Formats: sequence, structure tokens, C-alpha cells
Amino acid sequence: MSFGGAVYIHDFNCFTPLGKDADANWAALVAGYGAIKPRKIGFLDEVYASQIGTSIAEVDEAVGEGRLAYMLSQAMAPILDKHRPTPRTALVLASTKGEIGYLEKGEKKEAELYRLAKKIAAKAGIRTEPIVVSHACVSGVLAINAAKRLIQMNQYDEAIVLAGDELSAFVLSGFQAFQALSPFPCKPFDADRAGVSLGEASACLFLSREPSMFTIRGEGAINDANHISGPSRTGEGLFRSIGTALHEAKWEAGAIEFIAAHGTATVYNDEMESIAFNRLGLSGVPINSLKGYYGHTLGASGLLETVITLKSMQEGILLPTLGFERLGTSQPLNVLGGVTEKKVQRVLKTASGFGGSNAAILIEKIW
Amino acid sequence: MVEAAYIQKVCVVRAKEVVVDAVSRFSSDDASFVDFYKKAFRELNPDYPKFFKMDALSKLAVLAAEYLLEGESLDDLALVLANRSGSLDTDVRHQAAIQHEGEYFPSPATFVYTLANICAGEISIRHGLQTENAFFVSENYPIDTAFSYTEYLLKSGKASQVLCGWVELFEEKYEAVLYLVSPKGTKKHTAENIKALFA
Repeated sequence: MSFGGAVYIHDFNCFTPLGKDADANWAALVAGYGAIKPRKIGFLDEVYASQIGTSIAEVDEAVGEGRLAYMLSQAMAPILDKHRPTPRTALVLASTKGEIGYLEKGEKKEAELYRLAKKIAAKAGIRTEPIVVSHACVSGVLAINAAKRLIQMNQYDEAIVLAGDELSAFVLSGFQAFQALSPFPCKPFDADRAGVSLGEASACLFLSREPSMFTIRGEGAINDANHISGPSRTGEGLFRSIGTALHEAKWEAGAIEFIAAHGTATVYNDEMESIAFNRLGLSGVPINSLKGYYGHTLGASGLLETVITLKSMQEGILLPTLGFERLGTSQPLNVLGGVTEKKVQRVLKTASGFGGSNAAILIEKIW
Repeated sequence: MVEAAYIQKVCVVRAKEVVVDAVSRFSSDDASFVDFYKKAFRELNPDYPKFFKMDALSKLAVLAAEYLLEGESLDDLALVLANRSGSLDTDVRHQAAIQHEGEYFPSPATFVYTLANICAGEISIRHGLQTENAFFVSENYPIDTAFSYTEYLLKSGKASQVLCGWVELFEEKYEAVLYLVSPKGTKKHTAENIKALFA
């Protein structure tokens, strides 16, 4: 057993352009639907992105809260129904940009992330001070790791881990300036991949010490210390993050039966992942990226993809990588070509992002 | 695994002054942060031209870390940082570049700094720290969380020492309080002792 005792994952949910809860998302994914379509956002015409079909006006009128707060509430609602917060329940929120739309209106202070967390916490009846993890595209995975660590240190008994980011002109314009946006729906790990498609989503899961179907065996989040906007050529930080997680789990790499990768579909990211996985001898392990369905949902992506992977383990079905046709990384990977019936017990979820950040988590289905 | 941890060293940057373990190491009368940080960084004489290309939050973080880590072992040193405004100072700059269609000119060099954790990444690059990294956003320094998280890293064996603290910057207001938690020192790593750093 790892230091601090076992922490289990209980209920989980998500709210995305493909569906209003985890079941609806699962049905859409198995049917092969993707949410990435050409859209007009801000001053950008015809940009491929995935967007929830709820306008800001609709949400404001319906519930009197901002659009992202609404997305987060929707993901969290069924979790709250089942797990009433106690004085020792944490809320760990992952987001990169929060309610960044306030800047457009000149309301700078309103865009501060902790304000969003406080609003959500108050509405949910959380009595502890909410924790915000804002760590680029690893935020979602790192939020799970952080919640687990704080439970293991006995700061909390249980945690609601919540993640969300909105599609915004703010982020789209930046990725476009980087020339990182794909001119077609993104193609993770593919030979013709040409960049990311952006998206938006929220996701939620509940952690506690009480035994449940899933347990976290190990995790790590280690920096490349190489470049702020490009991944390490050797995949060092990801390699070490997975290594730390394996060490904690006391597993050999061969124990991993499935990898839910980050797979953004940029040339450098996917190449880096193939190198890191190969250094660990994981080239034959079935792997997917869900970015072809949802686009890159930034701080939400790691949690959303974990939620879908938990569903996948429950259903005994592994999902392919939408958009993938022909392997385009220098190192071999076993990218799944179609919906595959396979029961897996032990999975690896990874994420990598700007600032040289990486995160990995090992989850086991124990019954 | 580290059994007993101490707050080995503290660096505070505020009001145009750098203070290390209660000793003033640099101060200036310059009005702006821009003039202050240049001189404060050059005072240590590091050959690191990249520093001058960073955004203001990263400069503050790297400057404070430079003074804190001077002469210290960097072995297995993790980072746990927090602030209130995230990257809002740079977010506002990026927003200004995309606000009006006629003056639409987003820059990758600005955009890359619109994430709170980039300043931690800059410290990692500066000192070659391929180690655990976490960035939290909070109204005030999250003392209990920073304490527990740091103790977790040390006790689980995921780090041997941790650079912790607060790096807040928005417009002309800035404050860094960084501290090194390690097996060396006399002041115990406790929530009470962390609180005293922010008093």
C-alpha cells in the first residue's frame, strides 16, 4: 500500500458537447460521434472546435450564474446528490482560465479564479476553503493527485474533484497565434496531424477513504525543466511522472493494461508521448486519446478523460481515437483502431502541458 | 523519506526590497517594479539573459527563487507555489491584443504566460528542477494545504526538499514570500510557523 493509505474513486460525471451526463457521453462515444465542428468564435471564422450548445444568455436567464459556473454545477449535481458535503469534504477545482470572459468587459477582478471556486463551493454547501489547481493542461489530473494527497495527509476525509474550462476567444486567439490550431478536426497520433482542436467541458469525481470499485494506486507530476511552451524531446518529465506513479503502486510497467493518453495532435506533443511510453516499454499497450471527440478542453481534459476511462473500465469496452488513421510518431504505439471489447483492471492516465508540466495517475478496478 | 522538516530559509520580496532570513539583501528607490527587478537580479550577477524576456510574474518568482536558492543544494527540490491573481497581469495584456478587430494582434510570446504555473516552470528551467510541481490559486496563501501538500511530498519520498510560497503580482502590486523546506534548520515546518511568515 502506498504512503498514507488507500484512496478510492466513487461516483463520477461529466457535462460536454456530447452529452449532459456520463451515460449520455458514453453512448455518443461508442456510437463514434465527435463534437468538433467549424465555428465562428470572436474574430475567428471557420475554426474547428467543440462547444456546448448553451448560450451565455440562456444560462444567465435560466439560473442566474455564469456559463462556466453552470457547466460546473451540471457536472457536480449528481455527485452532490449522493455525497452530502461534511465539514471535512474538500472541493478541489481545476481550471486554467476560469471565467476569463470577464476581461472582455473590463471586469478584471471578476476573472480571478478563486472567486469562481468560492461561488461554486457556497452553492454546493462546501464548508472548507475551496482549493484551485491551475496548472495548464495537467490541471485536471493534478487536481485528482492533489485531492488524494490531502486526504492521505488527513486534511480531509473526502473530496469533490471538479474541473472545467470554456471555449473562449481568449484561448483560441492564443493557440492561433502559436499556429497550433488544426485546419481540420484534430488527428491525435496520426501521420497527418496538424495541431489541436479546442473544446470545452466540465467533469467531476468523488474521492474518499471508503472502499469503492476504483482505487488510485500511484501518481506523480514532474516538470520537464526544459521549455515553457514545448515538450521535452526525451519526454523526461512524463517518463519520470509515470515512473513515480509505478514506484508508489509497486507495479512493473508491464502491469499497465491500457493508457488514456493526452494526445493533443500537435506534432511535438504526440511524438514526445511516444518516446516517453517507449522508454517505459509501453509501446504494445492499447492506447487512446479522446481529443478527436472533444477537442482539447484544457484544464478539464485530464479529469474528463479520467471519467470516460472509468466508464470504459466499467463497461469493458475500450474506445478508439477519433481522427486517427495511420501512426505518425517515431516510436511505435498501439493506438486502438475501433471500439474494442476488453476488460481492463489497471490503467494509466497522463497529461502534459505548457510550463513543462506533466502528470500521471494509475487507477485499478478492484471489483 | 524526510522525517522531520524545517523552514530552512525565507526570501521576501516586497516594497522594492529583497529580504533573506530577515536580512535586507537589496533595496532601491525606483518607483516601478520594472526598474527594481532588473537591478535586484543583476545584483546577484547571474548570467541568465532569458530572465529579461519573462513576464512580470515569472520575473518576480525567478528573482525571489534566485535569492532563496543562492548557495543551496538543488537536489530533488520540488515546487509548491500559490497566488491570488493567477496570470491575470499578463491575461490583461493578451486581452488588449484581441479586444478590437482593427487592432487584433495576439502574440505567442505574451500568450504563453497566460497560465499561472508558467512562473513555476521558469524556476524549474532556471535551476534544472525535474521534480514535482504544483500551482494553487487562492485568495490568501493556503497555509494548511501548502503545509500538508509539502509534508506529503517529503514523507512519501516524492521530494527531499520543497521550495514553497506565494508569488502574487497584478499591475504594480507585487509580493513574493518563498521559503525552503528541508531536513536542515531549526525552525520546524508547521502551519503556525508558516503563518508567521505572512504576519
